[in-house]
Amino acid sequence: MIGDIMTSLWAILPVIVLALWACVLLLVDLWLPKDQQGSQQGESNSPITPLLAALGMLTSAAIVIARIGQPTMGFGGMMMADGFSHFICLLLLASGLVTIGLSHDYMKRLGIARGEYYVLLMFSLSGMMLMSMSADLIMVFLSLELLSIPLYVMAGIATPRPSSEEAALKYFLLGAFASGFLVYGIGLVFGATGSTSLQQIVAVVQSGNYNLALILGGAALIITGLGFKVAIVPFHMWTPDAYQGAPSAVTAFMSVGAKTAGFAALLRVFVLAFPAFSADITPVLWGLAALTMVLGNFAAIAQRNIKRLLAYSSIAHAGYIMMALVPYGQDGLSADSVASALFYLVAYAFTNFAAWAVVIALEQAGEKGLELQDYAGLGRKHPALAAVMAVAMLSFTGVPPTLGFVGKFYLFRTVLEGGHVGLALIGVLTSLVSAFYYLRVIVVMYMQEGEPEARREPWLQAMAYGSAIGVVALSIFSAPLLFLASQAVLKLF
Amino acid sequence: MLQDYLPIVILVLIATGMAGLVVLLGHLFGPRRPSARKAQPYESGMRPIGPGTRRMPIRFYLIAVLFILFDIEIVFLLPWAVVFKKLGLFGVAEMLVFILILLVGYVYAWKKGALEWE
Amino acid sequence: MLPIEYYTGLSVILFTLGALGVLIRRNALIIFMSIELMLNSANLAFVSFARSYEGMSGQIFVFFVIAVAAAEVAVGLALIVAIFHTKRNIDVDQINSMKG
Repeated sequence: MIGDIMTSLWAILPVIVLALWACVLLLVDLWLPKDQQGSQQGESNSPITPLLAALGMLTSAAIVIARIGQPTMGFGGMMMADGFSHFICLLLLASGLVTIGLSHDYMKRLGIARGEYYVLLMFSLSGMMLMSMSADLIMVFLSLELLSIPLYVMAGIATPRPSSEEAALKYFLLGAFASGFLVYGIGLVFGATGSTSLQQIVAVVQSGNYNLALILGGAALIITGLGFKVAIVPFHMWTPDAYQGAPSAVTAFMSVGAKTAGFAALLRVFVLAFPAFSADITPVLWGLAALTMVLGNFAAIAQRNIKRLLAYSSIAHAGYIMMALVPYGQDGLSADSVASALFYLVAYAFTNFAAWAVVIALEQAGEKGLELQDYAGLGRKHPALAAVMAVAMLSFTGVPPTLGFVGKFYLFRTVLEGGHVGLALIGVLTSLVSAFYYLRVIVVMYMQEGEPEARREPWLQAMAYGSAIGVVALSIFSAPLLFLASQAVLKLF
Repeated sequence: MLQDYLPIVILVLIATGMAGLVVLLGHLFGPRRPSARKAQPYESGMRPIGPGTRRMPIRFYLIAVLFILFDIEIVFLLPWAVVFKKLGLFGVAEMLVFILILLVGYVYAWKKGALEWE
Repeated sequence: MLPIEYYTGLSVILFTLGALGVLIRRNALIIFMSIELMLNSANLAFVSFARSYEGMSGQIFVFFVIAVAAAEVAVGLALIVAIFHTKRNIDVDQINSMKG
């Protein structure tokens, strides 16, 4: 029995390290000297906490890297540390590190630097990593909550600023609403099959001894619950407000981390447990993907606030990733489907962080500097930052040579192989529509006159340039990345 | 099977009958001289101070939330206690880890001054 | 023993009431209570299914849902109190400073 427990703990060691590190960091931060002159109570300008947090993430990442190629299973099949989870975990840990780089000076500048912020970041990150490993619906629910609850607090960390509180409340209420759907969906699947373990669900489905109506209802509710988290239409209502009101660094993390984890869970649950029902589920996914792409892109056109624009853009990109999920149940295509979704998640993460780094650099106290017009003249005054933003916008649109283009290429290929020509067509057309508002940002930056002010903070600039270089460089050498993604296919042990 | 409930039915009937009888007798024979003082919520002579739905100090809320958080651990402790002997040393170690994690939260709340009234 | 449909039927009714409550009511606290109702209807479904399958796993799930709901309550109430502190109001229709 002790041997079993050791293998189980060994399987989730990266998460254990991260979570324990966060617990210890919470205590360490309490005894660190606080800045007495800080404008707000509890404000800390000590660089030790973010450094320690980054160190924890690096340790966890080192463990994940050391394990690549050695799939393990723990807790009686509840947790799977396989290629898929390794890929997602590394992406998430990298996002966490970038978020620390984006946050450090930004939080100080806004007067909301708190040690707890980094602890919450680490807790949320461990929830996301657990989510990519969960092979049991109970674990999907628990890790979803572990990732969401710290995010609610992080969205509201700029309290008493009303917009931040509002963002937190909306994110919280709709997030909790979504978990209600998820729990009930899990309940229905449990009622249909008598188990919450993905392996046993598959076994029951193969034996034919299950209730079809209950399992389809459960799958629909699970799509709803996770759909809220990854912001697909029609479950996206919270996204613009939450993204606009939350501190920009939190929004950057939220948009990448929560989406990655949510899609990881969707992919694992649907590819592993429900391939037998693809005839019924695929049309639903088709409709959701099409609706999300159309609505996200068209709503983004009307936006003048850059944070809101990026929020609608993130909704639209959830639609593109959803597209990869559509042919999940077709023979021989599920591997391609997973690989292209993973690749697109990486592309989205890099591009998104590049864009948000520029937004953070231009944001002024009191939520100023966030309108599209505030970007006028950026090309002349801060050519490097403008170049980063331009690369991000081109990558969002899907113009070569950027990661966004390669990502969309693999996505459309998967969808076409699945025979969904109509969906691919919608994807291409909405990409054209999206070019309108993405290129408008570039036009404003380079063609219009203005005097934008940007911060020169070393870490922030490093993250901005790093992400932008990644977007271009990885697109040229995309083959190894796609190889890694295709190694990460899902299979049952 | 329904006959088993007969004594209970009889008891209920007698109890409600007695209560009704007492109320009825009081109603028939009791004198009634209402006054403003008697119409007040407390008839013990105390003069009520302020409205009944007073606002509570916000500190109660903090204590209450902390109580909920630390109280809910019972949900895991109780089933654990039931199978305590079967789990053996492993169970003790496992619960120790659980309590330690809670302790981290407790120390945090304490150090932040959430438990102080002033 | 009552047939399982009675329990699942009740849980479906409770879940629908909770979901409608979230969509119709405008007070943040009431919305939150409706969400709790949804979670508890799921608990009822779990317990009744667990009984019909004569296994324990469904009941274990309920423990986790209860514990998670408590954690959500703590965060949610803190947010609502913070909003009330700045706005003196927790009507979600009044809380709409952002437009677009």
